[in-house]
Amino acid sequence: MRNLLAVIDKEMKIYFASPVAYGVLTVFLLVSGYFFYNILTVFIQRSMMMAVQAQQFGGGAPAMDVPALVERNFFGIVSTIILFMVPMITMATFADERRRATIELLLTSPLTHFQLILGKFLAAMGFFVVMLLPTLVYHAFLYFYSSPKMALEPVLSGYLGLLLLGAALISLGIFISTLTESQMVAASVTFGALLILWVIDLSAQAAGPLVQEILGYVSILNHFDDFSKGVVDSSSLVVYLSFVVLGLFLTYRSIESWRWRT
Amino acid sequence: MIEVDRLTKRYGNLKAVDEVSFQVEKGEILGFLGPNGAGKTTTMRILTCFLPATEGTARVAGYDVFENAMEVKRRIGYLPEHPPLYDEMTVDGYLGFVARIKGVAPEDRKRRLQEVKETVRIEGYGKKLIKHLSKGFKQRVGLAQALIHDPEVLILDEPTVGLDPNQIKEVRELIKSLSGNHTIVLSTHILPEVSMTCQRVVIISDGKIVAVDTPENLTRQQQGAAHIYMEARGSDVEAQQRLHQIEGVLSVVSRPLGEGEVSSYRIETELKQDVRGRIARSIIEGGFELLELRSLQLSLEEVFTQLTTQEEVRSQ
Repeated sequence: MRNLLAVIDKEMKIYFASPVAYGVLTVFLLVSGYFFYNILTVFIQRSMMMAVQAQQFGGGAPAMDVPALVERNFFGIVSTIILFMVPMITMATFADERRRATIELLLTSPLTHFQLILGKFLAAMGFFVVMLLPTLVYHAFLYFYSSPKMALEPVLSGYLGLLLLGAALISLGIFISTLTESQMVAASVTFGALLILWVIDLSAQAAGPLVQEILGYVSILNHFDDFSKGVVDSSSLVVYLSFVVLGLFLTYRSIESWRWRT
Repeated sequence: MIEVDRLTKRYGNLKAVDEVSFQVEKGEILGFLGPNGAGKTTTMRILTCFLPATEGTARVAGYDVFENAMEVKRRIGYLPEHPPLYDEMTVDGYLGFVARIKGVAPEDRKRRLQEVKETVRIEGYGKKLIKHLSKGFKQRVGLAQALIHDPEVLILDEPTVGLDPNQIKEVRELIKSLSGNHTIVLSTHILPEVSMTCQRVVIISDGKIVAVDTPENLTRQQQGAAHIYMEARGSDVEAQQRLHQIEGVLSVVSRPLGEGEVSSYRIETELKQDVRGRIARSIIEGGFELLELRSLQLSLEEVFTQLTTQEEVRSQ
């Protein structure tokens, strides 16, 4: 436990000493804020147009749950932005330790591989949470101005989904970071891998029903839709957690294997 | 303290370390000497549990490096070839982190931090970012890192590489002062370093040990014959004749030195007897002016070259 905390503490210090971190935070906030604003204005305009149309043609205005639609679209967008951010968060985790030879310090210290990997994973998650935190303000705005008050469940499940999605992507990113000494290579390969996971269900449509179903499961953003609608599906939960375990396991194997090779 | 038995490390067909065996006693400083790529770093990495060996065993403080890696890691301080530093951390932050992962108890950390900073003389630099330190100071922080948990065994991979002469001297003195309480293995390809700091030397070449001994013995053993250097004024040919007549002289190589009739002579003599007195008498009796006469010590450099090149010839 003490070792784990030491690793997390050190990783956090390194994160926030690097300009990359502030770049990632800034870009994420700017982009997510921009989309939130856009989505909000689009749906407000649409609902107003529908109200006007209803008045012109008579009949009651169709009910339109603007906050729910905004939340759903917003989480959808954020989940995509995350694909671009995660490689930046994970690229240095192991690649940089190898480049500056600090990996020799870590692996010759009385620290288990598990503590090291878990520490790095949790620190990356910590950074990820820090990145998401400011976006809570958007929902607070929405809640404050909505009438009747909007449902909060989609927000909660949306964030739960983001955390799970983030965890899955981060564990994969950390694994890829063990494969190279170069942060740039790690970042690009991670980004490529995440893109493939994202679009894999498109190719699934051309395949047979069984393959389609399997690829549908693997396609990591598919599972996110439920969460943004306020539904916590246990199968999605299992898929994400399996991703995390798989990613961390591969990381473990990778470290073991390059100990034998180098 | 350290027992290495027929240690072998293979990379594919290449044997980086080939059946290396040696022991290090408690409190001893052992020098690991060899040209670049001889297998020094690999051996050290095996001792520190960074790499597993292909064959053979190594025990540190009674624990096997493979089976009891955790126990070994607790007892070892390791300074790799490149000091393992995080540039963006402060010296205190960094050493604090290392103290934590090396298992220094929380209540001891502050005291240890202060102690090692004093030992390597970086007291005033605690709040500095590591990236702003000079190379010499980085090396010291690297040493501090290896010392922080007061390990029984210190493994230092080329601890003086890249430092300026003053810093090298300081680091060597520091290492010397650490022996006694710590068992130290240090690697180097600089020969004087070994004769200055180490009690025993392991000379390694192409992954094989070619010699293990004290620096003094090594220079003596390789010396099959004694060499004497002489400068004298007078006829070169006549001097050679005189020298050859002296009992115990094996060969003479002379070289004119330019001015007047001064020549230098390199005289090889039998090891057992000191013939300098006889040479002096004979030369002066012959009417020469004797300008210089001294015995030549085979330097560790020459021993090293002899040993490692012999090895190359043998393997070809």
